[in-house]
Amino acid sequence: MLEIISWAFLFSAITAATPLLFAAMGGLFSERSGVINIALEGLMLAGAFTAAAVTFQTGNPFFGLLCGIGAGAFTALIFAVAVIKFEADQVVAGMAINFLMLGLPALISGVIYDSTGSTPQIDQAHKLPQVVNGLSIVSVLALILVPLAWYVLYKTPFGLRLRAVGENPEAADSAGVSVTRLRYSAVVISGVLAAIGGAFLSTGQSSLFTRGMSAGRGYIALAALILAKWRPIPVLFACLFFGFTEALTIQIQGASWAKIGDEPIPIQFIEMIPYVLTIIVLAGFIGLSRAPKALGKPYSKES
Amino acid sequence: MAAPNVMQIFREILWPLAAVVAAFLVGGIIVLLLGDDPINAYRLLLSNSFGSVRDIGWTMHYATPLIFTGLAVAVALRCGLLNIGAEGQLYVAAFATAWVGMTFGGTVVNSVNWSWFSLPSFILVPLCILTAMAVGGLWGAIPGLLKARFGSHEVINTIMMNFIAIALVSYLTQYHYKNPGPILETPFIGEAARIPRLNEFLPFISHDVPLNVAFILALIMCVLVYIFLWKTKWGYELRAVGESASAAEYGGISPKKQIVIAMTLSGVLAGMVAVGEVLGTRYNYYHDFSAQWGFLGIAVALLGRNHPFGVLIAAIFFGVLLRGEIFVDGFTRYVSKDLGFVLQAIIILFVACFQRYARR
Repeated sequence: MLEIISWAFLFSAITAATPLLFAAMGGLFSERSGVINIALEGLMLAGAFTAAAVTFQTGNPFFGLLCGIGAGAFTALIFAVAVIKFEADQVVAGMAINFLMLGLPALISGVIYDSTGSTPQIDQAHKLPQVVNGLSIVSVLALILVPLAWYVLYKTPFGLRLRAVGENPEAADSAGVSVTRLRYSAVVISGVLAAIGGAFLSTGQSSLFTRGMSAGRGYIALAALILAKWRPIPVLFACLFFGFTEALTIQIQGASWAKIGDEPIPIQFIEMIPYVLTIIVLAGFIGLSRAPKALGKPYSKES
Repeated sequence: MAAPNVMQIFREILWPLAAVVAAFLVGGIIVLLLGDDPINAYRLLLSNSFGSVRDIGWTMHYATPLIFTGLAVAVALRCGLLNIGAEGQLYVAAFATAWVGMTFGGTVVNSVNWSWFSLPSFILVPLCILTAMAVGGLWGAIPGLLKARFGSHEVINTIMMNFIAIALVSYLTQYHYKNPGPILETPFIGEAARIPRLNEFLPFISHDVPLNVAFILALIMCVLVYIFLWKTKWGYELRAVGESASAAEYGGISPKKQIVIAMTLSGVLAGMVAVGEVLGTRYNYYHDFSAQWGFLGIAVALLGRNHPFGVLIAAIFFGVLLRGEIFVDGFTRYVSKDLGFVLQAIIILFVACFQRYARR
């Protein structure tokens, strides 16, 4: 039991929380501007694949990260055009992006590397560096991102407008704020951040891209966002908690203390915790979760 | 209801068709960029899904689960609900169906008896089908109840229920009902629980095509869902809530009740995927058995304009993609079967973008 009270375990929990934090912070910007972002999963995959492929080709993880960010931003732009310009259903369009990113990386990787399952292994020396053993520089950035996002959202004119657009686009519009432009930038920011989370998965945490490697983290990030009622600081704690449960599932396997009676605790039950908790919170047992008022509603000037 | 005029039908068909054409154009450009000939890729896609009776049989086999999930999503959407949980609903249903087929089907593996007792086929098969419907329906009813009672959004809850379903079923299989061997799967269901394949009475369908009675059941469900939605009072009430919950409530219909009914029915239909897959194809539950059918159901429903017969056509179209992509994979230099996924994604995106125009 004492194994989980250690630096190593804390680091592994932070590491597990890192991609969630980036994705959830991305989701925060998008959703506070009024755009539901189920596409986080796909945006992470876009970043993960591009970063892994470019890092493998160039041997430079930072260039890989940059290209991953570009891919995430571009994918987010496609999503933004669909939901903002064409007023497509945000959930459906988001699902489409997730589907696209299950297929497209495999399709491209099949051409370049003759393998649709994964990209080739990146040299250990070419991975995103760690600050101390077990803690990546990206994890540190994730922790810095939280107060930064808080500051941008609550203390800058951009953040004020963004929140206004998500709560009452009509009022923001009549006050001279361009609803469309703000939503475009918010969705692209979500693409950039989610892609960093994805790039960390493929070039920081592991050293290659595998098909669908985000494994539902985009959805967990969304759950964290809802649990945190769309506020940056609580998002941090929600992500850390989910990171903790993920680290626990790894730690628990084969651990002698992790037993109920004589039976080992099945990891599936720990895996379920974030999902069950989200449903409970949504049902209002831990206080009502209040979404941005205009969330999910397309905005057109005429109406 | 007034008879739909020709223009209306034309418009209903035009936009989905435009989405498909647009998706094939974009897909063609992607194939071209990857270094292959798009015409050749599409020829492979179509000729191998419609080229012979055997090919058509395979295409219909691939379409079968999508008819069920497409109907599932369509029924919920008619009530204004987006059920992203068909995947979880069909998972729990498939496991439960396999459990019943094994427990009451006399399953014995390596002299280990998994069965309590054996039921005759004429009881066991209906029991298995009812299990699939009941368990899928239950899993769908939960987010429905949560929405009706607490107002929590069905999209988030169904996503969460998907993960819970897969974790739960994988736990049960791994710890309690694991067939010996390297694959995470349950023991096989008894002979008495299996439903016939169509080639048993239609000799022109090749013996290797697993197309089974579930396909016929899927066709029947299309008709039943149509009758339910447009020819019964319950269907009318369900659609009324979907059109406008407040207007329906004003007219004396309880939106909460309709939400629970719609989500339950949606789960029932999604659960019926288990009939074709567990009772008719593989004869057990195995981990990762669904090829994203629950999610594809969303695409099928949208493309089929939430109409049972549209769903049928859209499901067959997706069956073509799933059957044809195997050959595109095998007989082109670069393009892999993931092209199917990409095409599906682009179709969903275009359908979603064109929705606004279709409504006018």
